[in-house]
Amino acid sequence: MATCKTDTQAGASVRDRLNIVIVGSVDHGKSTLLGRLYADTGTLPEGKLEKIQAICKQQGKAFEYAFLFDAFLEEQQQGVTIDTARTFFQWAGRQYILIDAPGHKEFLKNMVSGAARAGAALLLIDALEGVREQSKRHGLLLSLLGITQVTVVVNKMDLVEYRQDTFRAVETEYRDFLSRLNVTPRFVIPCSARQGDNIVHAGARMPWYTGPTVLESLDNFSSEVDKTEQPLRLPIQDVYKFDACRILAGRLTSGRLRVGDELIFSPSNKTAVVRTIEAFNVDPPPTQARAGQSVGLTLNEQIFVERGEIICRAPSIPLVSTTFRANLFWLGRRPLATGTSCLLRLATREVECRVTAIHRIVDANDLSSETQTADALVRQNDVADITVQARAPLAFDLYADCEDTGRFVLVDGYDVSGGGIITGMIQDREDTLRTGARQRDFAWVRGNVTTEERAAHYGHHAALILLIGPDATGKTFLAKQLESVLVAEGRHAYLLDPENLRRGLDADVRNGDAGEMIRRYGEVARLLMDTGALLISTTNSFTLEDDRALDAIRTLVHPAPMLTVYMSRDTGPAPAAADLCFTGPEDFTATAHDVLAALKRNGTLTDATGTPSGFQVSI
Amino acid sequence: MNHLRQLEDHSVYILREAYRHFDNLAMLWSMGKDSTVLLWLARKAFFGHVPFPLLHVDTSYKIPAMIEYRDRLAREWRLDLIVGQNTQALAAGMNHERGRVECCTALKTNGLKLLLEEKGYTGIILGVRADEESTRAKERYFSPRDKNNDWDFRDQPPELWNQFKTSFPPDTHIRIHPLLDWTEINIWEYIHFENIPFLDLYLNKGNGTRYRSLGCAPCTFPIQSTASTVPEIIEELRATNVAERAGRAQDEGRGMEMLRKDGYM
Repeated sequence: MATCKTDTQAGASVRDRLNIVIVGSVDHGKSTLLGRLYADTGTLPEGKLEKIQAICKQQGKAFEYAFLFDAFLEEQQQGVTIDTARTFFQWAGRQYILIDAPGHKEFLKNMVSGAARAGAALLLIDALEGVREQSKRHGLLLSLLGITQVTVVVNKMDLVEYRQDTFRAVETEYRDFLSRLNVTPRFVIPCSARQGDNIVHAGARMPWYTGPTVLESLDNFSSEVDKTEQPLRLPIQDVYKFDACRILAGRLTSGRLRVGDELIFSPSNKTAVVRTIEAFNVDPPPTQARAGQSVGLTLNEQIFVERGEIICRAPSIPLVSTTFRANLFWLGRRPLATGTSCLLRLATREVECRVTAIHRIVDANDLSSETQTADALVRQNDVADITVQARAPLAFDLYADCEDTGRFVLVDGYDVSGGGIITGMIQDREDTLRTGARQRDFAWVRGNVTTEERAAHYGHHAALILLIGPDATGKTFLAKQLESVLVAEGRHAYLLDPENLRRGLDADVRNGDAGEMIRRYGEVARLLMDTGALLISTTNSFTLEDDRALDAIRTLVHPAPMLTVYMSRDTGPAPAAADLCFTGPEDFTATAHDVLAALKRNGTLTDATGTPSGFQVSI
Repeated sequence: MNHLRQLEDHSVYILREAYRHFDNLAMLWSMGKDSTVLLWLARKAFFGHVPFPLLHVDTSYKIPAMIEYRDRLAREWRLDLIVGQNTQALAAGMNHERGRVECCTALKTNGLKLLLEEKGYTGIILGVRADEESTRAKERYFSPRDKNNDWDFRDQPPELWNQFKTSFPPDTHIRIHPLLDWTEINIWEYIHFENIPFLDLYLNKGNGTRYRSLGCAPCTFPIQSTASTVPEIIEELRATNVAERAGRAQDEGRGMEMLRKDGYM
């Protein structure tokens, strides 16, 4: 076994890295350009050119530079790139991955997969064929993928006798198109990949062109944007407990953090301080981290947070809502309609969502769009302006403010089927309550006893058990039973009847303002749950319909768990929000035990009741 | 150094996604430089732990030093090592003289298939790199395989913005490729930078040859080289135009495309 010394700086000759995607319509010469770039810079592996030439000769067909990277037999037989290839290219101190994307419309999902990895793009247009629909669609997708570093390459100049006026016509048309996407190309370069003009060497056939060759233009792209100076965003990827300590793992998508920083978790609104930054084989351990790094954190206290939350710092915190507006490109086979459900993935958060409106579908050809009717469909490869509503509130940013937490994908069935960038937050029904609750939580003054310590002390987590359903179905009776059973077990349980707020806390509420009464109820519930209590309650006293009341209460006590128990006389459909349903129960003790079993299943109740040794006080 | 940290951060992210999403996950380890870097990255991602088993598909034709190295690291790093072997094919006398592609298919592809069937893994982490060979250049980070382990390269799922394919129909599995963006030089730079223990078969020990790529003894050939340290290997690779796998017999002709379509690593 061998090991090596660590005294020298490895990789000193590489300044930086950049991924560049080569896009454009089918047959406009992307793979040929790539092959030519390697061949003329002498960077092909030895024997590769000869090997491909020999295969071509054996099969009786003309050699194409494109065969160097169209690896699949099928690609070479059909003369078309099917899937994106990564190729590695080092030039002038920079390590490039050049990504050859397919131009055929059928393989747009592969083009997107390739382009999404890139920081810059070369967009090819055939001088003879001119700007095609796919040339424009690729340009549009680049802008949605956030790639603003674009150089346009007008290829096959040999087929138009290297005429400047032909080049200018293509240049003008495409510049005009890009300007409507707010993209200014770095360069527009006339070339012939097949003949080798202006790829690596300028050649003598276009004396009227004085700009850089394709190779020279690469150096003009900047490598990945450093997002360290932007606000901190660290989506939690996982929580590990390999040893005694609990480590939050994730990758900073922007900003920086240091040991001692106070963090805010969204959307749970919890706060904690960074105790350590964990790392393997790093000595001394790091004390700070910056955008792009995959890190592990420990906190100064054990708070319960999960994958999907976004770590940030005041005052630059993400938005929280269930609903937003977005520009979406759709790659799925099943068309999207208003009402279509699928899985939303934003950073590390996953939540069911629904398309609630299709506002416009963009015509890639002229970027025009028409306001859609209610039965509009977003078909495969379409770009559309839509509204998405998630089943639960999530933290996000506008794409214009923060790229990585401002975009999302939709998963339909087993596959990622579309991607979108968020253009606006839409206030949902609970927005006012949520904003108030967030401000209240950020400023919450805590004692020295943590939530986890309380949970260990009482043998359960705080939770709200809410009984809903029609009148006279035994909700209040069951609520009393539950309180008795729980307290008898040694739990810290309390029946919070909203009726008890009416003449006291709500005495000044005018005209039966249902919204204000529910707000006060929610705040009381929040306070009692902060004491670690298991609250049992009903919605009997609220004049609002159940689902409206439930949403409001959920927003106010968020992120504490709520167990919704629906009681009815008949076997009609239960509301979607119900976790448990009982129809006309006769044995309420048995029903109460069913509820307890559910609380054990969801982890609210631990097996042991009240472990008094868990918390110690020293005076 | 900065570019190595970038590669490391991305690979660690991929490994953590894999660990989060797959209940029945394993990593292939051939003891070569790539899968050993991958193993090291797993220890980075999980703070010194490797929370899934390592699989070695043993063809019985490996160089003995590789097996010693394997067992030593497994002990020192407390690895959950699982060795699989297509004993039936070996009993029937399979070897490279029956044809290299036939031998690779029987002992590696089918050896892996047997192991997957037995253990029911739904996620397999592999150390393949896009620059090794042209079909690997077309891989996704998370790449689905069907019931027969086949790779449908004509219809790969979209993959963007670090949102990977983590759901799949029953009886299929996902191959996870955290090293796709690494080059051969990056691997050696990283081994040097992190001081990762590696097999000295990769070094010239005075006879003017070394292995550049390790596989089965009969089908892997050393190259002429004077490189006896990692910096010398890096220096040599920067100057060379010879393909890395030139010493691997199964790469001749269309061997790799056929092998990989059928489930080869």
